[in-house]
Amino acid sequence: MTSTTRIEREPSVRAVGSSFPRVDAVAKINGSADYVGDLEFAGMLHGKVLRSDIGHGRIREIDTETAERMPGVVAVLTGKDLRDIDPYFGHAIRDRPIVAIDAVRFVGEPVAAVAAETEAQAEAALLAITVEYTDLPIVANLDAALASNAALIHEGPIRPGFAHGLGSLPERDGNVCYRYGFDRGDIDDAASQADIVVEEDYEFPAVYQYSMETHAVIAHHDGGEINMWANCQHPFLVRAEIAALFGFPVDRVRIVVPFLGGGFGSKSYTKMEPIAVALSRKAGRAVRIVNRVDESMVTTRRHNMKCRMRTMATSEGKLLGRKVELWLDTGAYADNGPRVTATAADAAAGPYRWPSVDVQAHCVYTNTGPAGSYRAFGATHLQWIGESQIDEVARQANIDRLEFRRRNLLRPGEEVRPGGRPLDADLIGDVEKAAAAIGWGRERIANRGLGFSVGLLAAGAHPVSTAAVRMDADGGVIVLVGSTEMGQGTRTVMAQIAAEVLGIDPAGVTVHGTDTRFTPYDRSTGASRSTTVAGRAVELAAREVLDALLETAASFFGGVDRDELEASNGQIWYRDESAGYADLVAERFGFVGGELRGHGEVKPHDGGGSYAEGPVFWEVCIAGAEIEVDRDTGIVRVLQTSSVADVGRAINPQLIERQDEGGALQGIGNALFEEMIHTEDGVLLNDTLLDYRIPITEDLPEKMTCIIVENEDGPGPFGAKGCGEGVLAALPAAIVNALADAGVPMTELPLTPERVWRQIQEIEQKELERRP
Amino acid sequence: MVRMDTVINGTRFDREVEPNVLLFDFLRDEVGLTGTNRSCDVQVCGSCTVLVDGLPVSSCTFLACEADGSVVETIEGIRDSDFYKRAESAFVSHAAVQCGFCTPGFVMTLKAIVQDGGGADEAQLRRSLSGNLCRCTGYRSILDAAAEIVGEQ
Ligand code: FES
Ligand code: FES
Repeated sequence: MTSTTRIEREPSVRAVGSSFPRVDAVAKINGSADYVGDLEFAGMLHGKVLRSDIGHGRIREIDTETAERMPGVVAVLTGKDLRDIDPYFGHAIRDRPIVAIDAVRFVGEPVAAVAAETEAQAEAALLAITVEYTDLPIVANLDAALASNAALIHEGPIRPGFAHGLGSLPERDGNVCYRYGFDRGDIDDAASQADIVVEEDYEFPAVYQYSMETHAVIAHHDGGEINMWANCQHPFLVRAEIAALFGFPVDRVRIVVPFLGGGFGSKSYTKMEPIAVALSRKAGRAVRIVNRVDESMVTTRRHNMKCRMRTMATSEGKLLGRKVELWLDTGAYADNGPRVTATAADAAAGPYRWPSVDVQAHCVYTNTGPAGSYRAFGATHLQWIGESQIDEVARQANIDRLEFRRRNLLRPGEEVRPGGRPLDADLIGDVEKAAAAIGWGRERIANRGLGFSVGLLAAGAHPVSTAAVRMDADGGVIVLVGSTEMGQGTRTVMAQIAAEVLGIDPAGVTVHGTDTRFTPYDRSTGASRSTTVAGRAVELAAREVLDALLETAASFFGGVDRDELEASNGQIWYRDESAGYADLVAERFGFVGGELRGHGEVKPHDGGGSYAEGPVFWEVCIAGAEIEVDRDTGIVRVLQTSSVADVGRAINPQLIERQDEGGALQGIGNALFEEMIHTEDGVLLNDTLLDYRIPITEDLPEKMTCIIVENEDGPGPFGAKGCGEGVLAALPAAIVNALADAGVPMTELPLTPERVWRQIQEIEQKELERRP
Repeated sequence: MVRMDTVINGTRFDREVEPNVLLFDFLRDEVGLTGTNRSCDVQVCGSCTVLVDGLPVSSCTFLACEADGSVVETIEGIRDSDFYKRAESAFVSHAAVQCGFCTPGFVMTLKAIVQDGGGADEAQLRRSLSGNLCRCTGYRSILDAAAEIVGEQ
């Protein structure tokens, strides 16, 4: 069995650290990759949802009789069909009915659903359903919802969801469904000592994540089991929620996750799954629901926000304190609003040494579509505000903005928040690189500005992941891991991690999508956690397989010491002899067949405390930008950007660059033009891609620099830590700072030409008034 | 019902269809071609791009019966072509694909650009690909792959 053909001991490329081509690229390019909407099952029905056309009202009556008799219609679902279960869901706050029960709270809320043989028949039947409402007062924005006499959108006590992870939830206060705050030091003391005080009110818009694939789910509730094919980022959390809603044990609920056509947080937690299951339960057959874009836009969005921030410093630029109050509009249902609120509060102070801070954050119900997660939530909301104030303090203290960061940024090992993981990154080194890349220190050019920003995002979510690695008798490897492939390249990265441990080519490793029936538990795909947390579970599982190979090889080579063996290039080596993996599996089982299997798990108390303290790691949010502003039109162009991917160890450098490029363009969209516009009645005005514009090829800056930093300081496999979100928090802030550098400070996003032009007029007016 | 006599990926379909059936839905529901994707529904995103007589059209806003007498090509129909092989290797080497939902649409648009003898310089490519949205990649890698594909013709 010892190889006769000569096998090189060293592989031509190492699995980890090389830009191995994506394992899913070809299937996606040639169109054979399956998304949920591509799947069909015999007897499957098509579901369509009737949505409320008013912002707030009591349902008096729903008449479905005509619809039920329409051709092809099999079932019509309304709130009445849910009397035998507790039909409220929500992982943070259990406030959301599967379909409206007695009230509607936003334009677009599901009121009824139809299952029919074809989509066209289901759509036709929706038109035949009549709903009578009694109007209630609509509070469709933060000011209205926070007014002292505001109508209440929810009544009764808060019901905590099963996975809010926020300790105990405070009582609801009017329309404020969650509050989070902290203070330390003496903020009044800071105020009395301060020479420099920067204080402003800020507004951040509602934004649509726009994953190009809309929410889609196929559900089959057959009375004994629930089977689903869903494009959800967190299948294991959805499984738990569906099981609880419909009274099933978890093992009778199965979710299969094919490729996702983008996620960015929009497919995190539970979305369209409950209504699809309820409809299937009534129809007795499988039902597929595929949202249209306007429906997905009222399924989830990013929180709009109002914020008041004050930063205080001495005339020499010593930071004394920061006070922040913010209100996030979570829409009619909490969704992930409480977590977004806590993360926003954590991001508010920024990574500086503060003698005093006071942060108070509020999550507010309004009569608009629910807001949830979107890439770098919380940090994107706050970083542009905090960093614009830091720039202003530096300006008033007459200190170069980069030098100001050098003096005041936290250093590795320093406390970021009391009791949490200390800073695990070299922020000063990182920001110097980002600034250098955009030409920091060069001569000023008229109407152009340079800016950068620094922040941290609490990343990793809850570090609970398990994974399995299986080696078949022919030496082929399958990785079973619950990370959802939504474009980020997780299947490729997982293949590389397992291949590195086993000393094989990543091409010999297969990674499938999740099927909760077979795939080991993984908490979620989000918060940049997959490579770090699930990847670590894969690494550990692969090590168990390697252990079995080494054990067999030790006896195969005549009882040699395992320390003398090495796995490399698909063989176990003992001195210059080697044995292939297929041969070792056969040796182990003494016959044709058999398999090796390894299990890996990551728990909060693993990893020398690094997983326990929270967060799992601090994701660095650093970017730079150069902009040009046209003073006559207010048009802002982003000329170049830089971003830092501080990844500990780059498993696949090309995929990291691609993450940052994609995040950068989303950041440009967020900063310059993306904004969902609601009327006072809660109607979303721009609910098509005609009116809601996202970046196109022509918005791409001429130059984008992605700097990968590898300090091997991450808690993930081979020293890795996650990436891909930081740039979205950091780039809008860099753009705002660059625009201020060009003489136009802004306190409201997006930086539309009209807004920027008005600000320019105002500044010029004030200058005129100031002149004698 | 109206007549639709169309060659789709080399196979002739001579059918009666409802006049309001979209080409996108016909391709999916009647022919079983799922490589073409639907996103915006309003001719903005290009993910549903197919070629009708060699010209790129948004199949989400193109009636099936409008393709009567025409030749329709989808991503499935071009997989064996030299153009496709070049496109695939450029997209793979630049990692110009992430979630992949937009990708077949880009490939079909690029095929039309190549057939048209379109230029490979950055400004031209940005313009000719501005009708295809991608939310994942940020376009840099797609433009680099496109320059290679169009430049090689
Ligand atoms: S779905 Fe046809 S252009 Fe967007
Ligand atoms: S790769 Fe996801 S939209 Fe383009």
